[in-house]
Amino acid sequence: MWGAAPPETRPLGHGMTDKLMTEDDVVGRLRSGMTIAIGGWASRRKPMSIVRAIVRSDLTDLTIVTHGGPDLGLLCAAGKVHRAIYAFVSLDSIPLEPHFRAARQSGAIEDEPLDEGLVHLGLQAAAWRLPFLPTRAGLGSDLLRDNPRLRTFTSPFGGGDGDGEELVAMPALELDAAICHLNRADRRGNAMFLGPDLYWDDLMLQAAPTGGRFISAERIVDTEDLAAEGCVHQLRISRMMVDGVVPAPGGAHFTSCDPDYPRDEAVQRAYAASARSPEAWAEFRSKWIDIPEAEYQRKVREAGEATVR
Amino acid sequence: MTHITRAEVCVVAVAECFRGDGELLANPIGTIPMIGGRLARATFEPYLAMTDGEAMLVANDRAVVLPAERVIEYWNPYRSMFDWVWSGRRHVMMGASQVDRFGNQNLAAIGDYGRPTVQLLGYRGAPGNTINDPTSYWVPNHSPKVFVEKVDTVTGIGWDRAAALGPAGRFVDLRRVVSNLGVFDFETPDRSMRLRSVHPGVTVDDVVAATGFELTVPADVPESRPPTREELELIREVIDPEGAREREVPDPD
Repeated sequence: MWGAAPPETRPLGHGMTDKLMTEDDVVGRLRSGMTIAIGGWASRRKPMSIVRAIVRSDLTDLTIVTHGGPDLGLLCAAGKVHRAIYAFVSLDSIPLEPHFRAARQSGAIEDEPLDEGLVHLGLQAAAWRLPFLPTRAGLGSDLLRDNPRLRTFTSPFGGGDGDGEELVAMPALELDAAICHLNRADRRGNAMFLGPDLYWDDLMLQAAPTGGRFISAERIVDTEDLAAEGCVHQLRISRMMVDGVVPAPGGAHFTSCDPDYPRDEAVQRAYAASARSPEAWAEFRSKWIDIPEAEYQRKVREAGEATVR
Repeated sequence: MTHITRAEVCVVAVAECFRGDGELLANPIGTIPMIGGRLARATFEPYLAMTDGEAMLVANDRAVVLPAERVIEYWNPYRSMFDWVWSGRRHVMMGASQVDRFGNQNLAAIGDYGRPTVQLLGYRGAPGNTINDPTSYWVPNHSPKVFVEKVDTVTGIGWDRAAALGPAGRFVDLRRVVSNLGVFDFETPDRSMRLRSVHPGVTVDDVVAATGFELTVPADVPESRPPTREELELIREVIDPEGAREREVPDPD
């Protein structure tokens, strides 16, 4: 009874249903009007295959929380966005996001600007079930004018240089869902990033309610093989944060997914150029969005092979 | 005597912004800022810590290196940046689509914020940076469109906004603005912008004409100092051998 542990004979995860699903399954669990956080950063490791599925769906009036890139831009171009909550929107190699800019300049979306640090605190507050977290970020700037959800309050503590000082209360960013793309995952929702930065993926998943937490992954591996895919410190997404796992090789394309693939600058340029006119957008959409994901990935492979030749 | 380019003078002016900073995260954003920060560290501020522009703190002198050539000192994912920013251990040099007389900066939008004529990047980290840490600015295209009387949206706060905050504004430390024409500081009684030096080849009148607000101009405006022989060698052979600086600020001569 107290001797050496017997060899593992029962299958891992015995009694547990796996969480594998498709992009369309994720869409099926979302509703119009929801507040959805999208992981990644600018044009890096965005869950683009799920974003494309949302564009093709009849979902509408979404509030998007994001360190913004083409995720927000695509959803704006497709008329899916009611409100954007963000600190910046960029395509990295193209500094400003043209579809997002068009939406802002035409007044098509509501705008809720934040400081990057406030995004962090808002997600952390939601994850910890707190109404707000305090900070100095925002004081003195026009953020308090442009984002009326922010409040200031007087510190209840004194005795220092800042005796009774004014602080900003960053309210919890209450989410209905969070969607992130990781490099590796198992069927149960444990997942790993292999690039330089996890960004805010873990915090977004922790801030979202049970039932609304979705990841896609470049590759699905068995749990017993997961840790060996990288360094154990990169194993930062736990199945306790995840309700659905979408196998999605190439799922971040055309954004970067280091070290699996770099950004596809040619497709990103075509995407950016499609903001020039409704016709250009319609053409981009029919070529790259209104097609099944498998066909999208086939086109990417063909374009890559053509470049190599 | 070799010709010293305008970009090289700008590099030195940026480096000078970090003089005296000691051991903190020097975070210059942009091509010439990155080269200037590296120059400061390679010469008079050896304890500065600097990023690779992404998620690592690196010890390399060269401004842009291949990933495999990085000498990594620390893993610094974006989230770690707030540990430096909120503890006051960072001196950032940001860009500015607009900057005004008291050093308020706009990165977010031109025109009315609710319905902008031009949407820019967003507030980014500017409110948190400026309320917590030493901040300087880099403007490679000095013009009345950038140096405006009042910015349309205050993303980074200036000295007038800081003064109005009382004790909550006590960590605001707006240092300098470096442009392609000169160097500016806020060493005036009301902390409005002052012309500190003009780059060689630029007159005080050039600067005044390119500035959309009333600038404090001392009776004697010195020239920005040129690089020393050692600095010039470092810039040209070690830090920026590809000459990226010359593309950001083309030489007028």
